Amino acid sequence: MIGVISEMLSYPFLVRAFVGGILVSLCASLLGVSLVLKRYSMIGDGLSHVSFGALSIAIAFGWSPLAVSIPVVVLAAFFLLRITENGKMKSDAAIAMISASALAIGIIVTSMTTGMTTDISSYMFGSILAMSPSDVRLSIVLSVVVLGLFVFCYHKLFAVTFDESFAKATGVRVDFYNVLIAILTAVTIVLGMRMMGAMLISSLIIFPALTSMRVFKSFRGVVISSGLVSASCFVLGMAVSYTCSTPAGASVVVINLICFLLFAAWKAAGRIRR
Amino acid sequence: MNALITCEHVDFGYENYDAVVDVSMEINQGDYLCIVGENGSGKSTLMKGILGLLKPTAGTLSIAEELKRGGIGYLPQQTAAQKDFPATVYEVVRSGCLSRMGNRPFYTKEEKKLTLERMETLGIMPLKNHCYRELSGGQQQRVLIARALCATKSLLVLDEPITGLDPSAIQDFYGILRKLNQEEQVTVLMVSHDIQNVVSQANKILHLQQRVLFYGTVTQYRDSQAGRKFLGNHQEIQNENKKGGSRR
Repeated sequence: MIGVISEMLSYPFLVRAFVGGILVSLCASLLGVSLVLKRYSMIGDGLSHVSFGALSIAIAFGWSPLAVSIPVVVLAAFFLLRITENGKMKSDAAIAMISASALAIGIIVTSMTTGMTTDISSYMFGSILAMSPSDVRLSIVLSVVVLGLFVFCYHKLFAVTFDESFAKATGVRVDFYNVLIAILTAVTIVLGMRMMGAMLISSLIIFPALTSMRVFKSFRGVVISSGLVSASCFVLGMAVSYTCSTPAGASVVVINLICFLLFAAWKAAGRIRR
Repeated sequence: MNALITCEHVDFGYENYDAVVDVSMEINQGDYLCIVGENGSGKSTLMKGILGLLKPTAGTLSIAEELKRGGIGYLPQQTAAQKDFPATVYEVVRSGCLSRMGNRPFYTKEEKKLTLERMETLGIMPLKNHCYRELSGGQQQRVLIARALCATKSLLVLDEPITGLDPSAIQDFYGILRKLNQEEQVTVLMVSHDIQNVVSQANKILHLQQRVLFYGTVTQYRDSQAGRKFLGNHQEIQNENKKGGSRR
């Protein structure tokens, strides 16, 4: 296992994939704890489709992919939060609508211009070659911001996640934290989706939190465990992908699934023993 | 005695309509005030206004200096998301200290001590490291009261607190509130549907139907027109139910 990983690290593009991927999975899992508990699990899925739409437009016009998709996805995240907060539409319906429309627009734009190229297919299902040096730099900045948020605003995040009305009444700026989480999620998704794929990136947000919630009883435990589970599943998934030549994104997701089943089984075993 | 909260001809509303019109009332230290009324009568809107989540559209709402400093101990309705939330009892209660924290990122020793004291008051020390989602409804409610008391001991605001509790937990819950009100001089402001119990527990009633139908002590309420109608209806229905039951 260690031999495989050190062999992989002799390729510069794999080093980038490792660094960028671990940092993105870490951010996704931390933000995911809050999103899953607030019943926003599908937001990741919706935003990744929006990101796909934005990317295909960017490619069609020859613009820089990140510069176009990050603002578009941040706007979409902001918009999704707003509609659901106003109570005009249920969040699951709003997300489904936006994600399908974005995907449709993306597909039309692609078929009218370049056609289904390998580029587009790699956006759908991910490509390990996608991490450029500038992506790695951006993911370092992102993870510093996310980790900083979780260290210095941990207690406020807990209050906002557990009980928005109480947090509001005690003077926490709930809207500010909600918007901040949405923006960070948007950036995480845009960064991660080209490696993991638009169809698969949302698993990075949902799986670690769900897996940790099987076993841990405290919020702190769930947050720390999510980060660890997510990073180790990513490394393991990459190693599996390298040795068995399976697609990277899909391998990471399957490892996450296995991890979830193991934690669930552990909990069930604990219950039977009692 | 200074009033904690004074409303003078206050209106609260949303963009295009007024949910609450012309409310005047006073909450004093040691009061046990219940806001009753039918669905959509503006109870929750009034409470949001008192908590400072809504600005009054007319009239004046003044809040005592000590509440502004310490915040209000608020017990909102439980949301579905909380039912399976992974957090220990200690973590939940401690989040009540948040209003003291300001921009400081971590809790101080005093705040941690306060958390433990409040858990002691509510008798939930043995549950300290238990998971919130594994508690019974009554125990969860105790945890949330302890959290609210971490924010302040002067005023406790409760929104439909007995929803979803079983009958013995409800009696237990009213017992806790009475004890806090009488022994610890905690002022209680409660919004409730449970008119029968409320009349035997509270000392003041505000009956709301967009406007104030009644505001005064419980004894006055029993004799008032609004009270007789509201209480009477319930009693008649109960009597009818009993008759129906015996016939069967």
